[in-house]
Amino acid sequence: MMLVRRLGALSLMVLRRIGRMGLFLARTVLLAGTPPFKFSQLLRQIQFIGSQSVLVIFLTGAFAGMVLGLQGYYTLNRFGSAALLGPMVALSLIKELGPVLCALMVTGRAGSAMTAEIGIMRITEQIDAIELMGVNPFRYLVVPKFLAGILALPLLTAIFDVVGIFGGYLIGVKLLGTGEGTYFGEMGNYVDLQDILGGIYKSLCFGALIAWVCCYKGYYAGFGARGVSKATTQAVVLSSVLILIWDYVMTSLLL
Amino acid sequence: MRHIMIKVEDLHNSFNGFEVLRGVTFEVAKGEILALMGRSGYGKSVLLKHVAGLMKPDRGRVLIDNKDLVSLRGKELEQLRSRFGFVFQNGALFDSLTIFENVAFPLIEKTKLSKQEIKNRVTSALDEVGLTGSENKYPAQMSGGMIRRAALARSLVRNPEIILFDEPTTGLDPIIGHAILNLIDSCHRRFGFTGILVTHEIPGAFDIVQKVAMLHEGKILILASPQGILSSDDPIVQQFITGSIEGPIQYH
Repeated sequence: MMLVRRLGALSLMVLRRIGRMGLFLARTVLLAGTPPFKFSQLLRQIQFIGSQSVLVIFLTGAFAGMVLGLQGYYTLNRFGSAALLGPMVALSLIKELGPVLCALMVTGRAGSAMTAEIGIMRITEQIDAIELMGVNPFRYLVVPKFLAGILALPLLTAIFDVVGIFGGYLIGVKLLGTGEGTYFGEMGNYVDLQDILGGIYKSLCFGALIAWVCCYKGYYAGFGARGVSKATTQAVVLSSVLILIWDYVMTSLLL
Repeated sequence: MRHIMIKVEDLHNSFNGFEVLRGVTFEVAKGEILALMGRSGYGKSVLLKHVAGLMKPDRGRVLIDNKDLVSLRGKELEQLRSRFGFVFQNGALFDSLTIFENVAFPLIEKTKLSKQEIKNRVTSALDEVGLTGSENKYPAQMSGGMIRRAALARSLVRNPEIILFDEPTTGLDPIIGHAILNLIDSCHRRFGFTGILVTHEIPGAFDIVQKVAMLHEGKILILASPQGILSSDDPIVQQFITGSIEGPIQYH
């Protein structure tokens, strides 16, 4: 009987949290579409989530492409298909690795900072102060991050993909000797617009997801430094897991 | 007839089964400052947050100028809140903004004033609290007293009708504490706001308030003029004022 009661209480708690997260998202989306718009805040967030992430995206994109070029060359060579290295690198990056790795990197770099920033503002009563000035804290703090996530992620993913393709080119063509024309020519034959759009749709969703989860966790952070650190860890873990789950869902829908 | 600006009726609230507010009732007339005293951790700040609409009670009403704050939502609540100023215990300044930006924040967000007008208003508010020259400092670069004064400037800059002070002198040395109280008094004389001042400055704060209420065991034990409080023969009030450890209030 005790076990049933505990299970019931746990289920209710989980449902309540899911409901609260859902309401948080609904409120954010609603406010994102209605004026007044906070353009200066939005630009600041695009700069923080987007342009300040370029270096880390460049590095991860380059090495992801390079390792794909290296692994792909030797694997394809076993089947006598080394000529397909270009399409393999490009499709892997554009459809899967680009959006997913980019989202994971942004979660680690910008998502954790979003949670910590909002969490600290929560525990030091700065959010209460915003509310008491008659300013909607959702509109001021959450909506710009949400929109910036949606706008920045596809652009960062595009950079990741392009840098990754050139990383694969450096290894496959310059180091291992695949023909330059073959590498890019076959890519043109096998990669179509649908593949590129699929990657963009994914990154749009991941941008929204990161901002949603990370802002939510910060907004409802617990007490003190421990509360903020716990919220930040949870935000990164939950975002990362949800990115991979949502990637699977979207892949199955887009196929 | 007295215009009642803040009216709290039978307010109840509990946390994790512990009832913090057990039927709090009081009112504050327009232009008056009420000092709210009581033991630490027994609900004064919670009560203040209810008056500001930051917390919802389990039961009871908070009427601001005859409008029930508890039932308001969205735009209406935002509008009513913009008539408030709130000075938090730790200042609650935005730590990523300079003092100028902190004080300008409510003007930028809630008014259509030009940049020059905002600059003039902020400069004047900072001058009012003696912080001229500190415009470009960040809160982390300032002392506790300066932070409280900047918080007061941020509250005053929009000339709110109501200002709620949550222990504005706690943790400051007696001279700075006294200076803050004097500042509140001079601003009150100039702007005539209605206020609630949560404080432990007894009897220091009594010089600047018109009424004093004591929150004890979740209820208002006494509401009287400062003189009435000082001459009260209630043993609880007497023990609290004198700070004696002997008496009906158990400190452990």
